[in-house]
Amino acid sequence: MWSFSEIANSMHEWLSKTFNPTWTLIIEMVIAGVAVIGLFAVLGLVLVIMERKVSAWMQIRLGPNRVGPKGMLQSLADTIKLIVKEGMTPAGADKILFNLAPFIAMIVAMLLLAPIAFAKDFQLWDLNIGVLYVAAVSSIMVISILMAGWASNNKYSLLGAMRSGAQIVSYELSAGLSILAIVVLTGSLQVSDIVHSQADGWWIFKGHIPAIIAFITFIIAVTAETNRAPFDLAEAESELTAGFHTEYSGMKFALFFLAEYVNVFIVCAIGATLFLGGWMPLHIGNWTGFNHAMDWIPSSIWFFGKTFFLIFVIMWFRWTFPRLRIDQLLNLEWKYLLPISMINLLIVTAIAILKWHF
Amino acid sequence: MYRQTDIIEDNRTTPEGEFVINVGPQHPATHGVLHLVITLSGETIKKVEPHLGYIHRSIEKMCESLSYRQFIYVTSRMDYLSAHINNHACALCVEKGLQVEIPPRAQVIRILMDELTRIASHELWWGAMAMDLGAFTPFFHAFRERETINDIMEETCGARLTMNYMVPGGVMQDIHPNFQKRVKDFIQLYKKKIHEYDELVTGNVIFQNRMKNVGILTADDVISYGCTGPTARGSGVSCDIRKIQPYEIYGKLEFDEVLETGCDSFARYLIRIREMHQSIRIIEQLIDNIPEGDFQAKTKAVLRLPKGEFYTRVETARGELGVYIVSEGGTTPYRIKFRSPGFSNLSVLDHIARGSKIGDLVAMMGTLDLVIPDIDR
Repeated sequence: MWSFSEIANSMHEWLSKTFNPTWTLIIEMVIAGVAVIGLFAVLGLVLVIMERKVSAWMQIRLGPNRVGPKGMLQSLADTIKLIVKEGMTPAGADKILFNLAPFIAMIVAMLLLAPIAFAKDFQLWDLNIGVLYVAAVSSIMVISILMAGWASNNKYSLLGAMRSGAQIVSYELSAGLSILAIVVLTGSLQVSDIVHSQADGWWIFKGHIPAIIAFITFIIAVTAETNRAPFDLAEAESELTAGFHTEYSGMKFALFFLAEYVNVFIVCAIGATLFLGGWMPLHIGNWTGFNHAMDWIPSSIWFFGKTFFLIFVIMWFRWTFPRLRIDQLLNLEWKYLLPISMINLLIVTAIAILKWHF
Repeated sequence: MYRQTDIIEDNRTTPEGEFVINVGPQHPATHGVLHLVITLSGETIKKVEPHLGYIHRSIEKMCESLSYRQFIYVTSRMDYLSAHINNHACALCVEKGLQVEIPPRAQVIRILMDELTRIASHELWWGAMAMDLGAFTPFFHAFRERETINDIMEETCGARLTMNYMVPGGVMQDIHPNFQKRVKDFIQLYKKKIHEYDELVTGNVIFQNRMKNVGILTADDVISYGCTGPTARGSGVSCDIRKIQPYEIYGKLEFDEVLETGCDSFARYLIRIREMHQSIRIIEQLIDNIPEGDFQAKTKAVLRLPKGEFYTRVETARGELGVYIVSEGGTTPYRIKFRSPGFSNLSVLDHIARGSKIGDLVAMMGTLDLVIPDIDR
């Protein structure tokens, strides 16, 4: 079976044969960089069209269906429109911060793609603190939102940025604690170690109820962290028109938009890696035949299948729930999610020490 | 002079750190061209000042230069979501002056149309209300049923929004042969789908948290501000004109005046949902019992109201609509005044919104069910 790792290995062999080691490394870095930018763009396009199709399906309508087969090229057409559009800077805005903010959002999203294991042995950077790196870098996202809100010189933007700051900082705690639950069970922060520890079963099955609680907390917290409905207070359009990106237009707006979708992909990928085994196929105990059949499915398909399932769940939230109010949002985090995830972490630690997990 | 300064000088802040924010006239939450000048302290609302005039078309003045047949058409453009009921109120007022007897068939058709309009209006409100709270899907689900009503209207009246169907003396033309069948189909569809409304929105925890104990409007406030319709009934004030001063054949029909005592946004929400059930009940009683006969009373070609003052009031989807005509005996009214429900309901916004968050303001405006052309006329 072909998979990403085999493609990567054969490319590496061919490059090593053709060039000397230094050039091989440089070329490989360029390829990786281009791959990240390409992945960033493709993910944005795919997720936008997916969101529009999912929402159309839930709202008994057709969705985009004119550009390309079944409207699949719609987001490409939208991108072209956004690129050729004038990117305006409002008169009273802080020009440097205003123009810098969307790029910070984009850079954060790109940096976060680095430690994710897309398939077996297919990972850009398997650093030994992978999960911590993701938690740390994703915090920078809030800076771009605050910058955009402040520099726009618009009160709607400022209110949106303030809300977003409060929200992201609070929900990072429970997202971090639920990630920590799996780190405790695995005993490693390295993404590849976490994936390998799930070869005989995913953590959501092996970790008893605490793992399930951690998973649910994680999904709620990352939905809030990525500013998705029902926690989309930063851009609540019925209250704040468009929140922190009210004043943005053209490609600068599109960068925020793409960064949001790529962030959704990343948090879902992290969720799939930590709780659903990453690229590991589904294995059930001693069912050898079943396990072999599952192994036959390429690891990349396992990874993207799980990730897109979680993305679908998050989209499902968006098109079902009304929005929370700011005080309810903070109550939910500080009064419910945080205590629950703290106690949950203690239980998980006890399970890990006593080796009660499967 | 109109206070344009608020729009320009909105960068000022008070020593207490309060600042002014303009919501509207172009804003997704105002559902039209309402302009709210909100004084905020952080996220908390200190003051709400509604500014009107962006969609003022001087309908009352226009009506004074139109004949008694013509002016009814203009009123479809006031509260465009209950155009039938507006037309009905005006027709009733003219008929009161003319002292004409309305054929029973016309009366039944009028009430059927009124109640269908009420359902359509409440359905649009339900979708828009959920959209104000950030849930988009209900909007499309509400429009699925509303489209069916619009199709029924289109078949009989030839229009989908500004119907102009009621004329002094009855209705403009007879109902379409398919009317009864399609209304029955609609009742079937409605009964099959209405539980989705509760599953999707009413029972949702987030929704209930957003609505309960928000926008408290006591019964005393209702009376002092002159609120009517579902807004008043949500605070337990009985004010359904169909019950307390029945017009047409409402007195003979079996339906309940829906009352809630919650006084909050959720009570006002429940009132409208339950009113839709009552409207269905009225339609079910009438749809098989449309009497044969004329659909319009014989009236003169040129109508002249006797000298005097005439006032009628009806229950629209939003509350009490009063039509006041002063006649000098000519072919056009000397003075017309509409008492629109939306104006009084909007005036209470500042009172109930103080001290709450911006997100709640949007929810409150949703439950007041404001239609701006009705307020501004």
